[in-house]
Amino acid sequence: MIKRAFECFRQLNINCVAFLAVLPLFVFTFMFVIGPLIYMLVLSFLQRAEVWGIVNKFTFKNYMDIFEPVYLKTFIESFKLAITTTILIMIIGYPFGYFMAKLDAKWKKRMMLLIFIPFWTSSLIRLYGWIIIFRANGILDKLLMALNITEEPLKLLYTYPAVVVGMIYVLLPFMIFSVYSSAEKLDWSLVEAARDLGASSMQAFFTISLKLTLPGLLSGVVLTFIPSMGLFFIADILGGNKVVLVGNLIQEQLMKAHNWPFAAALSVVLMILTSVMIYIYRRISNVKELEGLV
Amino acid sequence: MEDFILQLDRIEKSFGGVKVLNGLSLSVKQGEFITLLGPSGCGKTTTLRIIAGLEKPDSGKVYLEGKDVTNEEPNRRNVNTVFQNYALFPHMTVEGNISYSLRLKRLDRAKIKKAVSEALELVQLEGYEKRMPSELSGGQRQRVAIARAVVNEPKVLLLDEPLGALDLQLRRQMQTELKRLQKHLGITFVYITHDQEEALNMSDRIAVMRDGKFEQIGTPQEVYDYPKTSYVARFVGSANIIYGTAYDVNEHTVVFKNEDGIGIVARNRANIAYGQKVTVAVRSEHIRLTPAASDSNAEGFVGVVKEKSFAGGLLQIIVALADGKELVASRHGIDSTLVPGDKVIVTWAPENAILVDLEGA
Amino acid sequence: MKNNTRLANIYLGFILALMYLPIIIVIVYSFNSSKISSVWGGFSFKWYKELLRDKSMFDAVVNSLILASTSSILAAIIGTLAAVGMPKVNLPGKGVVEYLSTLPIMIPEIILGMVFLTYFSLIRLPFGMLTLVIAHTSFCIPYVYMLVKARLVGIDKSLAEAAKDLGASEIRVFFDITLPLILPAILSGMLLSFAMSLDDVVISIFVTGVNTNTLPIKIYTQLRTGVTPKINALSTLMLGANLLICLLSVWIGKQGSHHKEYLEMEGN
Repeated sequence: MIKRAFECFRQLNINCVAFLAVLPLFVFTFMFVIGPLIYMLVLSFLQRAEVWGIVNKFTFKNYMDIFEPVYLKTFIESFKLAITTTILIMIIGYPFGYFMAKLDAKWKKRMMLLIFIPFWTSSLIRLYGWIIIFRANGILDKLLMALNITEEPLKLLYTYPAVVVGMIYVLLPFMIFSVYSSAEKLDWSLVEAARDLGASSMQAFFTISLKLTLPGLLSGVVLTFIPSMGLFFIADILGGNKVVLVGNLIQEQLMKAHNWPFAAALSVVLMILTSVMIYIYRRISNVKELEGLV
Repeated sequence: MEDFILQLDRIEKSFGGVKVLNGLSLSVKQGEFITLLGPSGCGKTTTLRIIAGLEKPDSGKVYLEGKDVTNEEPNRRNVNTVFQNYALFPHMTVEGNISYSLRLKRLDRAKIKKAVSEALELVQLEGYEKRMPSELSGGQRQRVAIARAVVNEPKVLLLDEPLGALDLQLRRQMQTELKRLQKHLGITFVYITHDQEEALNMSDRIAVMRDGKFEQIGTPQEVYDYPKTSYVARFVGSANIIYGTAYDVNEHTVVFKNEDGIGIVARNRANIAYGQKVTVAVRSEHIRLTPAASDSNAEGFVGVVKEKSFAGGLLQIIVALADGKELVASRHGIDSTLVPGDKVIVTWAPENAILVDLEGA
Repeated sequence: MKNNTRLANIYLGFILALMYLPIIIVIVYSFNSSKISSVWGGFSFKWYKELLRDKSMFDAVVNSLILASTSSILAAIIGTLAAVGMPKVNLPGKGVVEYLSTLPIMIPEIILGMVFLTYFSLIRLPFGMLTLVIAHTSFCIPYVYMLVKARLVGIDKSLAEAAKDLGASEIRVFFDITLPLILPAILSGMLLSFAMSLDDVVISIFVTGVNTNTLPIKIYTQLRTGVTPKINALSTLMLGANLLICLLSVWIGKQGSHHKEYLEMEGN
């Protein structure tokens, strides 16, 4: 490879220059993407040493361990939370993206900017705002009590609903962008044609709009479902120790229990789940890139 | 060989197994305006790209001023192109676009400035130096593209359907202007179009292309009045093509017949034998229609008026022959009393009919 | 019909308000002189002053900025070169590498953090700024790569041909035509990378060293242990910085837009 690079400098031929241009990406990808991922796979089949470190012996134990009731329960709980979050995000985000696509060009641009600003803001800071709101005797409690809706503080912080709100809050923009970019391409005259042909506005929506924006919706689901199993810090700061995600489990195994092989096995499973979802998405919607990813 | 500024020698080119150019040869003289005329997909743009060097032929040679440039990169050829979509650099001003090739040659600033303003004057866009391409109309972009291509004083200027994107009126205006420009500059133009009117109006010579080959190369008059093949006759003169068998060969004319009737055609010293199959082209404006009842003995083809329409001051009558074939007759003015359903005899003057698709021609 | 659009607009406004609510609360409370966040103790700059005195906080800010700029610049170089070279290069398996290189933004962050942690300790890289930069660069490259690639696809091929026809070599074509036209994409990719890097907690927690704190890590540990209102002040400052980056990217977008309009027009 190095020899070839030298040749290129001498000849300055276009193929060679192109080769030199892609070389950094190839090297980087091999060293820091493919390498680590292969190591993860290898690691997941190795044994944990008694005290510290790893023994180079092949085992399936790490994968079997996932089915231990304690861990299995975490997986199921995390899955449930992810489903709840994703459904709620769909319900809130789909209309948002859809309505946004119907705005005129000037307002579309403004809306994009308005959503982008919080999206680019540190999610920790934004979550911190929710801590202030949810805290016992915090803003929400005071407001609800002042309006005589509740008698005493709800103490929402460190509860399951708080985590769900946090998740929705952080992941909602992904759904909005996905749906929006799909709905933006929608030819509205199709909807008008359907109405013209006798469809009610509801029928027109379900038979035309929803169908044609399905790729965006699905890509939004992929983009929100997967992270909502891994975003351990949301569960951490809004859920206390009450909500444990697969992400928390992996982090714990890595940082506290120092059981790296088990953490690797968990990651492999999560990774497979991710790939399956993306695969299904591609099969259904026939597109290569996720809508609205960039 | 030195007489020709540009020569193509048996050029062949395939894309993905499909032969696009099939042994193309062409010689162009200095200062000539030559048009490659053909429908889309006939290989004319590929020919142009091979001349420009943007495409390499599979076999065959390209000579510029007698020098073999087949394997030269486009930037090493003294040939410039006006692209179909103009391809103006959107991030450069008009001045930046026009001066690009001069800047690459590292001419000094004063010279560049002078050349740019001359080029702009040439295309009548004085004072547009600082505009961006996005601020120009289609016609103005067209002019900038031409100015950019000629500022370099190329030996040959290639134009790929440069007027295709303009509306009819602007197109007519640009036709005259391009012709004037070409005469003024004395540069050889190789012009591509699928519009036969454009080709006939502007060219010194026309090369009619079909399926990667030249069907006929000649002056507009030759191509229009003496098409060699039925394809050329149809494409350039939108002529009617009639097939038949010769049954009376005279010194100046040939009489032929088929199941619809008989016709006569000028012989033009062609070698025709009795009983030979012939193909005859008659342009629609030369077709005469006479009501069948008035003179039943007239020699010609018998048909029925099928359709009558007016387009651009031209009356067009479609006549259906017995076997379902159709002929088109047209003339200026609206003077025909014929109505659809009328039986007519189709005739023409022998000198207006041309024998085409002759063997060995 | 009119009523429907009004309802839609109310909905959009309501959700947007909810999005901004926590941010506004953080900003408001950064000026709260009371130490307990649920009590309003009057307006003051107290926490900003204390923030300035906090050396460790300052270090974290510097670290974060170094990290974000290094990785976004590296990503811009690697990603742009690759996006430009990829269509012209003839290498076996380039499609596979292209796909794999975008994995870091496809797979959950937690997995990326975990694989980097184990891999870096395998190859014995010392944890700290180096490992942070590598990890962040890995998820910044795809942003630049994809944006530049999309831009390249949108550029009319005949522009490069026209330049060649006018006498430019391949190298000149790149610098005179291609580069200026993809520059807005490179810059937005860099800005996006910068923002993503500045915001990242998950991956950073795994690959940082004992002595290297980035701002998000610092905030995260504070949020988990005990919050001092200094965090409010810091957050407000970061919000301001973010807003600046956002506006900058909009401005860059505008700079590139008149080319884009022209190109789109030509595309028809």
